[in-house]
Amino acid sequence: MNKPGYFGQWGGAYIPEVLYETFRELREVYAKAKADPAFWQEYVALMSSYSCRPTPLTHADNLSRHFGGAQIFIKREDLNHTGAHKANNVMGQGLLVKRMGKTRVIAETGAGQHGVACATMAAKFGFACTIYMGEEDVHRQRPNVFWMEKLGATVVPVTTGSRTLKDAINEAFRDWVSNMDTTHYVMGTVCGPHPFPEMVAWFQSIIGIEARKQIIASHGKLPARIYACVGGGSNAMGIFQGFLADSEVELIGVEAGGKGIDTGQHAARLASQDASPGVAQGYKTMFLQDSDGQMLDTHSVAAGLDYIGVSPLLTDLWEKGRVRFTAATDQEVMAALDLTIKKEGIIPALESSHAFVQAFKEAGELSSDQAIIINQSGRGDKDIFTIAHAFDDPSWKEFIRKKGEEYATR
Amino acid sequence: MQLAEQLREARSKKDILLMTHLVLGYPSFAANREVIHQMVENGVDVIELQIPFSEPMADGPMIIKANQEAIASGTTVADCLAFAAEMAAQHKIPFLFMTYYNILFKYGVREFLHKAKEIGIRGFIIPDLPPEEGEEYLRLAKEFDLAAIQIFAPTSTEERMRTLAGHGDGFIYCVARRGVTGSKTEFDASFDDYLARCRKATDLPLAVGFGISSREDVQILTGKADLAVIGTATIRLVEEKGAAAVGPFIAGLR
Ligand SMILES: Cc1ncc(COP(=O)(O)O)c(C=O)c1O
Repeated sequence: MNKPGYFGQWGGAYIPEVLYETFRELREVYAKAKADPAFWQEYVALMSSYSCRPTPLTHADNLSRHFGGAQIFIKREDLNHTGAHKANNVMGQGLLVKRMGKTRVIAETGAGQHGVACATMAAKFGFACTIYMGEEDVHRQRPNVFWMEKLGATVVPVTTGSRTLKDAINEAFRDWVSNMDTTHYVMGTVCGPHPFPEMVAWFQSIIGIEARKQIIASHGKLPARIYACVGGGSNAMGIFQGFLADSEVELIGVEAGGKGIDTGQHAARLASQDASPGVAQGYKTMFLQDSDGQMLDTHSVAAGLDYIGVSPLLTDLWEKGRVRFTAATDQEVMAALDLTIKKEGIIPALESSHAFVQAFKEAGELSSDQAIIINQSGRGDKDIFTIAHAFDDPSWKEFIRKKGEEYATR
Repeated sequence: MQLAEQLREARSKKDILLMTHLVLGYPSFAANREVIHQMVENGVDVIELQIPFSEPMADGPMIIKANQEAIASGTTVADCLAFAAEMAAQHKIPFLFMTYYNILFKYGVREFLHKAKEIGIRGFIIPDLPPEEGEEYLRLAKEFDLAAIQIFAPTSTEERMRTLAGHGDGFIYCVARRGVTGSKTEFDASFDDYLARCRKATDLPLAVGFGISSREDVQILTGKADLAVIGTATIRLVEEKGAAAVGPFIAGLR
């Protein structure tokens, strides 16, 4: 028997004593909600009226023809309200916050998508909201910072550590240990102490439940493979859960290969040899750390994948051989993004584009009566600065230069 | 002698004991050496040596900075162990390790505790390891006769305090308030009520920490707690005035 909160040997709740009661309350309210069918109905109804669910499953016929192999389908989590799968999780947790009677939410964010989603949920439910974001990510994802502030959230740039996602998580915990009476910490992915991994996976399972029905309706049978990018792992767990019991469906998680797996500048935990078992940020998983247990700096063009740990659920599935892991480099990501835009008129987020890279590498291995699904976790609008820079777009640069001048002379 | 017994004996001669804290390798081991010397000379009874960790989740800004800079300047776990061995051999008072669980986990919990015992460390404070997750650690601590110090928080219920006390050894670290290390603590009626609950839950000596920085704070705790824990205050002092300022500061606390 597994200990509660464990997936194989991974997971747990390594929390400071001051949060013990807070977690007890959270486990309780989550267990009650899970046992209450009316709660899930309320959740699904909210997601359909507020967040465009069910999101479509788009047949990418041009890309399918281009690669001359499998039929490529794209699960359109980018069409969620606020532009990413993050909406599923925050609305679910928002309903739990209402049940707990708390009035303030805090969250960490990397790419800013979770921050925007959380600030949106707070605005809708009338909660006060503070978002912690690594200073480095504040610079990379300025459009999302703008929207969080417009939504009424306070964005706190975090200047400790590597100034990215892991440091934002530490700061959110520090806030929580002072304010747990009024405040819920809306963890953004399937990581952190129990019950977060399990609870966030539950809310995200809506992706896979829909996708399984949709692929059978449009393709007549199950897909051969499913591709999803993996930062913490919430969009991947979301879609994988719909197919976990279908052993003929291969599940592939794509991590950030950054400048290349052999450069040390990446965030590939399960797809590289650089990670090892550890305990940090409240849970046990494979972390990118040195031989002393100090966490390493990570790199990815996609802020949302730039993280030292990975979901304990995925580490368990990886260990059991149920999910295969690979990595995509920054350069491959830009090429896949470019091709998807040109062929399908769809703009995936930099994070999601990692999944496209691997699907494109493998589509040709399969036959045209087989289907694959790519989980498009988010849309690329938020990445306009990064993408335009990477494409070295001359007219964009000219626009930014002019804007800069305009502001400087005013 | 067991740590709890030794502290009870020390306490029978003083109204309150002082425990201090420092981050190993910050600003340097040379400064640590000087600070510890001054602390011992001026009557500190127990010293908590923090092995720096890159994700110090329960610490406030001053100690985060100390952790980060210690690691950035190349402090390794091996350096910390060597330094602790030197201190334990040189000074008579008990030394404890404070760190986060990953440092032990990565080293190997058995190997780490064995090593700690060998170099004369008396106990451990691991803020992110509740007893539910620490079965192996608690078992090994008993085996090696090291004190696995447990932590009470103001949010702990009576039942929870009894559970923690059941696993505790050496003394109980009572966190004075919610939040992280380093900010000011108000010692009001609800604090007295909390300490009374702590006292009821255990026979072990009680240490009170988080936000204790002055003679007034120590005086308030005298008669209520067995140990007063000075953390951030000395780190700040070393930063602002240098290691030499620590002696007079400690001497003036009680
Ligand atoms: C669009 C998008 N996809 C993926 C991720 C990575 O998160 P996860 O791995 O939890 O799905 C993020 C995180 O910010 C994101 O914004």
